[in-house]
Amino acid sequence: MSFLSRIRRFPFWGWFWFILGALYFILPLYATVAFSLSWDPADPFKAYERSFGDRRFWDSFLLSNTLALATIFASIVLVVPTAYWIRLKLPQARRIVEFLTLMPFVVPAIILVFGMIRIYSTPFTIPFTDIVFMRPLTQFKLGTNILIVAGYMVLSMPYMYRSVDTGMRTVDIRTLTEAAQSLGANWFTIITRIILPNIRSALLSGALLTFAIVVGEVVLASFLGVQAFGPYLFLLGQHRAYEPAALSFVSFLLTWVAMGLIQLITGGQGQAAGGH
Amino acid sequence: MAQASTFKGPRSATSWKTWLGVVPFFLFAILFLLLPSFRLLTASFSAPDGSFTFDNIRQLFTEPLIVNSYRLSIQISAVTALGGGIFGFLLAYSVTVGGLPKPLRSVLITFSGVASNFAGVPLAFAFVATLGRQGFITAILKNVFNMDVYASGFNLYSFAGLSLVYMYFQFPLMVLIMAPALDGLKKEWREAAENLGANTTQYWLRVAMPVLLPSILGSMILLFGNAFGAYATAYALTGGRIGLVTIQIGAQIRGDVLYNPGLGYAMAVGMVFIMAVSLTGYSLLQARTERWLK
Repeated sequence: MSFLSRIRRFPFWGWFWFILGALYFILPLYATVAFSLSWDPADPFKAYERSFGDRRFWDSFLLSNTLALATIFASIVLVVPTAYWIRLKLPQARRIVEFLTLMPFVVPAIILVFGMIRIYSTPFTIPFTDIVFMRPLTQFKLGTNILIVAGYMVLSMPYMYRSVDTGMRTVDIRTLTEAAQSLGANWFTIITRIILPNIRSALLSGALLTFAIVVGEVVLASFLGVQAFGPYLFLLGQHRAYEPAALSFVSFLLTWVAMGLIQLITGGQGQAAGGH
Repeated sequence: MAQASTFKGPRSATSWKTWLGVVPFFLFAILFLLLPSFRLLTASFSAPDGSFTFDNIRQLFTEPLIVNSYRLSIQISAVTALGGGIFGFLLAYSVTVGGLPKPLRSVLITFSGVASNFAGVPLAFAFVATLGRQGFITAILKNVFNMDVYASGFNLYSFAGLSLVYMYFQFPLMVLIMAPALDGLKKEWREAAENLGANTTQYWLRVAMPVLLPSILGSMILLFGNAFGAYATAYALTGGRIGLVTIQIGAQIRGDVLYNPGLGYAMAVGMVFIMAVSLTGYSLLQARTERWLK
C-alpha cells in the first residue's frame, strides 16, 4: 500500500469530529473536578469532606433516593400489568396507551407541576356540598410526596413503558400464561412469579433510567417544596463555590454508573433524556 | 407497532370486562397527566373574575414581555437544535460509517447516554467551572494564549453561553438517535453507486442524504423540543435573568410576576402547543425514514 493511499484511507474527519466531541464532553467534567480539588492545596478533598459532612446533604440525598425507589416500585406496579394485559388481551388499547406514555414529551416538567399545583392545591369536596372530602394534597407532607412520586412516574413513563413493552416482546407471554393457567395459577401469581422474572433485565434498565431522572430532578421538587437533592444542590450553589462542584461531580458519577449498568444490561438499547 | 396490526391471536370479541384491566393506568393518566394539562387549558380562557375570555390568548401575541420570551426560547432551541444536530450527526457518522475503530463506537454511545442525562444544576456548575469568569478554559485562554474572552464580549451567562451549555445535552441526544439511522445505510447501496461510477460526493448527495434527510430533520425537531422545555439548566446558570418561556412560567408559579394568572396558564398552553407541533413533525419524518431504514 502506497503512502498516499494510506493517507487517503486514514479517516481524518472521523477522528477530527470524534476528538472534538470528546473534548466537549470531558473538559467541563475535568474543570469541575479540578475546581472541586483546588479549595485547599493541603487538603484536596476538603470540598468533598465538607459536602459529605453536611447533614442536609444526607437528608436530601436519602430523600431523593427514597423517592426514586418509590417511583420505581409504583411504576412497575402500574406499568407491568397494563403492558401485559394489552399484549395478551387488549391490543386495541395499544395505540392510545402508547400515546399517553409519550405525552410527557409534550408536557414538560414545568407545565406538569404548574397544572398539578393548580389542581391539587384546592380541597376535594363532595360534589354539590361543602363537605371537605380531603385536604389539598399540597398542604401536608404525605400529600406532597404522593404528588411528587406521581409526577416522577409521569416523567419516567416513556422510558419505563417502553423498556417493559420491549422486554415482553422477547418472551412468549401467551404460552407462558396458558401454561401457568392450566397449572391453576391466578393473575397475581402469573404476573409476580412468571412475567416479572422473565422481563427482569428490561425492568432493571427502566428502573435505572427512572433513578437517573429522579435523583437530581429540580423542577417538581422545588415547586412542590420537597427538600430533595436537586433543590439542595441549587441552593448550595448560590452560597458556596467548592462544595457544589464536588457534588455535581458526584451526581455525574451516579448518572454514569446508572447508564453504564443499562449499557451492560441491554447491550446499548437504553437511552434517555432527563429533566433539564 | 407492526406486530400489533398483524397479530391475530385466538381471541373472542372483547367484552367490557377486558377493558377493566387497563382502568388503573387510565385513572393514573387522567389524574396526574390529563387533568393537570386540561385544567391549564380551561384556566387560560378565564379572566381574573372567572368569566370566559380570549384575552389571555390574544396577549400571548401582543404583550411584549411574553412575545419576547417566546422569541428567545424559540431562538435558543433552534440554534442548539441546528448546532447540536449538525455536530451530533458528524460524530455519529464518524463512529458508524466514518471508519473509526469499532470500540470507539460503544464508548461514544455510553458517553452520549450519560451526557444527554447530565443536565440541570450540575451541568450549569460544570460550565461555570469551565467557562465562567474564573473558569478553567477562560484561564488557559488568558494565560497561555493571552485571549481574554470576557473582554472580547463572551459571557457564559448570556444567550451565547447558554446555547453552549445546552449543546452539552443536545449533541449526545443527536448521536443516540442518528447512530442507528446511519447503521441502516446498506453497504449494497454504496457498492451499487460505485459500480455505476459514482464518487463519494455523488453517493452522499444522491443516495445517502435523501434517505437520511427526513431522519436528520426529524431528530433536529426533537432536539428543538428538548431545549424548548428545559428549565433547570437555564435557571441554575442565570438565576432567571434570561427570560425564556419556562423561566417566565416558573416565576409565575413562584409568585406573581404577571398581574393576571390566566396569562400564565395561556403561556403554558402555548408551550404545550409548540411542543405538540414539534413532536408531530418528528414522528411524521420518522415514519418517512422507516420506509428505507429497517
